Amino acid sequence: MSFISRGFRGRRPEVDQARLPPGQYLTRDFPVLSAGPTPHTPLDQWSFAVRGAVDQPRSWRWSEFGALPNETVTVDIHCVTKWSKLDTSWTGVSIDTLLEGVQTEAAYVTAFCDGGYATNLPLADLTGGQAWIAFGFDGAPLEAEHGGPARLLVPHLYFWKSAKWVRGLELTVANEPGFWERYGYHDYGDPWREQRYQGD
Amino acid sequence: MAGTALPGRLTWQLADVVELAEETPRVRTLILRAPAWSGHLAGQHVDVRLTAEDGYQAERSYSVASAPEDELLALTVERLADGEVSPYLADELRPGDQLELRGPIDGYFVWQEPLGGPLLLLAGGSGIVPLRAILRHRAATGSSVPARLLYSVRSEEEIIYRSELDALAGDGVEVRYTLTRARPEGWRGHLGRIDDALLQQISWAPAERPLVYVCGPNGFVEQAASGLVRLGHDPLRVRTERFGPTGT
Repeated sequence: MSFISRGFRGRRPEVDQARLPPGQYLTRDFPVLSAGPTPHTPLDQWSFAVRGAVDQPRSWRWSEFGALPNETVTVDIHCVTKWSKLDTSWTGVSIDTLLEGVQTEAAYVTAFCDGGYATNLPLADLTGGQAWIAFGFDGAPLEAEHGGPARLLVPHLYFWKSAKWVRGLELTVANEPGFWERYGYHDYGDPWREQRYQGD
Repeated sequence: MAGTALPGRLTWQLADVVELAEETPRVRTLILRAPAWSGHLAGQHVDVRLTAEDGYQAERSYSVASAPEDELLALTVERLADGEVSPYLADELRPGDQLELRGPIDGYFVWQEPLGGPLLLLAGGSGIVPLRAILRHRAATGSSVPARLLYSVRSEEEIIYRSELDALAGDGVEVRYTLTRARPEGWRGHLGRIDDALLQQISWAPAERPLVYVCGPNGFVEQAASGLVRLGHDPLRVRTERFGPTGT
């Protein structure tokens, strides 16, 4: 016998329910969440690195990064704090482009960021057209509050995995928990299986 | 579905609504008896889940307002005009009802004595809730860590926990308010939104390395946290929690 909240009717979302993972609600805003102050790294001091268990570390300055082939994608995003936002438009460089030709034994990645934040993901979740380093949102440069100048974009996982202010990918052989993953959040974070917290 | 608690797993549990306390016209506190509650740290939050008769469910997060030492669990809820869950909690829920929840959640926006201080607490609106839990915890444990609270609200009537906060002042705690809209006659607190000048006035110097907790709407948190960094505070000593409606 499952519990009913007396007198609760709810407000059904005006979208195809199949697009909302369990426990999520639709928002038209773009809420901001972060554990600390917003970093503001000047673009001439910005670089992006691929390092760790790779044959040859790589790095790009902002101008070099901007010269890489980019894509604009439209995706739904799902935050662990329960909001989902549909049909968001991002411009960025595919992780496939950044890892092209990289030889590695790694099975995991730690995305590291300005501000001391990091998050961990299986390498297999970043490749095959599933993830980008995004620097544009809705046709404009990505605002600092939302992770600019560049953030990871992995829309099929809860949005804390799409690390803001990302500065590189550290490829690792073993899985190393990131920031929120050490503070009780789920290691993988699949919204469709409602993997919000450890043990979910 | 409530079930047997597995170690490290946050299972849904039922709490009984014992009492409701009206804090301000838009804010009320739910006092809950949660028999399966495993305890929490000051600053943590819980997930609340409502279920309609047809099985439709809605979940939201709320900061815990009570200290870990309090006998009953308290959540303080602000009614959002366009909300789905907060109007139910703030208007519909009655003593004797049950509420489904799980937690505690988040191990970062918490304060415990070993983290030390001095503590600078900056609250915007209902962002006071987890900071009140921290101040209650500090008092309940007899901590001597100095604490300063700056609480920003639109008007005096919107100050949540006013009498409790005023009573906590003294004994190593300073409590200040700033009103962002109202200008009442005879008001002796601050006026206007938080800015660098006010931060400089109320904060410890960066060299004293205060541990800072900022909670409120995003605009408030952004202004306060960025201001502290501009004034020379270590960003890694500034913990933030943001909520509420924002632009894009």
